[in-house]
Amino acid sequence: MMSENRLKTNQPGCEDALNRVREMMSACIQCGTCSSSCPNVFAMEHVPRKLWRLLLDGRKTAVLNSKTYILCSSCYYCTLRCPRGLPLTTAMSHLTQIAGKENPGLFKESHAFYDAFLSSVETHGRVNETQFMALYFWEMKSPVLPLKYAALGMKLVSKGRITRPFLSLKKRSKKLKKLFDTTREMETRP
Amino acid sequence: MKYLYYPGCSLEGTAKEYHASSVALMTALDAELLEIRDWTCCGASAAPAVSELLSHVLAARNLALAEQMSREGGDGGPDILVPCSACYLNLKTVGEKVKTDIGLREKINTVLKEEGLEFNNFLNVRHELDVLVRDFTADIISDKVGHPLTGVLAAPYYGCQCLRPFIEFDDPEKPRSMEGLIRATGATVFEWNMGPACCGASHMSTKPEVGMHLVGNILRQAKDADVILTVCPMCQMNLEAYQKKVGRACDENFNISVVYLPQFLGMAMGVPETKTRLSLNLSITSEFKDKYRRLIDAPGILMPESGGSLQKENGYV
Repeated sequence: MMSENRLKTNQPGCEDALNRVREMMSACIQCGTCSSSCPNVFAMEHVPRKLWRLLLDGRKTAVLNSKTYILCSSCYYCTLRCPRGLPLTTAMSHLTQIAGKENPGLFKESHAFYDAFLSSVETHGRVNETQFMALYFWEMKSPVLPLKYAALGMKLVSKGRITRPFLSLKKRSKKLKKLFDTTREMETRP
Repeated sequence: MKYLYYPGCSLEGTAKEYHASSVALMTALDAELLEIRDWTCCGASAAPAVSELLSHVLAARNLALAEQMSREGGDGGPDILVPCSACYLNLKTVGEKVKTDIGLREKINTVLKEEGLEFNNFLNVRHELDVLVRDFTADIISDKVGHPLTGVLAAPYYGCQCLRPFIEFDDPEKPRSMEGLIRATGATVFEWNMGPACCGASHMSTKPEVGMHLVGNILRQAKDADVILTVCPMCQMNLEAYQKKVGRACDENFNISVVYLPQFLGMAMGVPETKTRLSLNLSITSEFKDKYRRLIDAPGILMPESGGSLQKENGYV
């Protein structure tokens, strides 16, 4: 059924991923419990119920251009309450993954944040806030962005609530580098 | 009681006081924490937003390391104690997922094998709040309280991920598990309905206007409480660090103390401030500090030099 009108994407792998999310959501009855449970719905142009409708109707561009999934804060209220027991929060994070590959420029602030976080983990094993935020600022290429964090950053530094910069975790980091590489390689396998 | 302990990255940096107070509290409760050797990041909320497999592999690596330690112990246990709600969710999710998805476990183990690790999923992952309410119970904690926090109005804030989607120790919509612990300290439970509300998580960084709205709703409802108690580094940071900013945005004035639950329990049990690390918190009001000082300076009650409870030694029952 799905194969007749598969959602086409630009990036390899995204098409299958997007169609998998659509299959995940195929039992949606459009009751709107998700929308009325979502704490971030006030900031969305398409409420979650409508996003699922658009997805089931195959409107890829409308789905991926909507802010709905990027506004998901993983509170799991919709997942808890969905009368069909659908994994809505997981579906939202799958859409974020797909969007990050298809159109990373659209919600750059979120994708760059996640990418910077994981780069820090990949090199250090554990997240190093100093490096992570530096990478994030670098990715965002906004000269004023760091200023927004300056006051809080200084407070945290003065309290010692910051990991020592570039804490050497050489042994562990090599292991994680490999873990990241192998995982990436497995994901691109057909 | 013995637990394998997964602190998570926040507890090494921005949530040092959560780590210190959790360790001190467990010591005072005569529990032993065995930190998982060579643990690494659980993937936080970043990995699930980038790659599903990566999020499972990162979490499973830590569980595999914990299993190694458990085998050395030879008794099939103990449970894994996790203070951070996001870490708890990630570690728990992979365990639940592989129960129904055999292929996923194989994939994970293909990656872990390169490091000589294998994930077999035989340990329980538990949130610190779960351990406190079900293993230690309010009664045991109440027996150890040396400085009753009488007259302190404490608002229990649970946040999302220790309650949902896995329903383990509390009602995911109307949680009450912290209330017994609050009463055990002698404090009064602040009745409100924002306990299980969302703090916005990383929205505060990436979509501040949305995050501030959520945090504002929580702080507004807590205005009449003396203190908000948290059980997650992300919730703690969101509620304590942006009060001025959020207040400016919604034309209100927020000045509310926010502390971690183990800090609060530690205060009541006589854990010294060098171990509850209250000085690291970003929002402790002078009223709250005064109230606490008056309570601990009350006659016959002394602050101990080292950790542990002091109830009986000082003739205080």
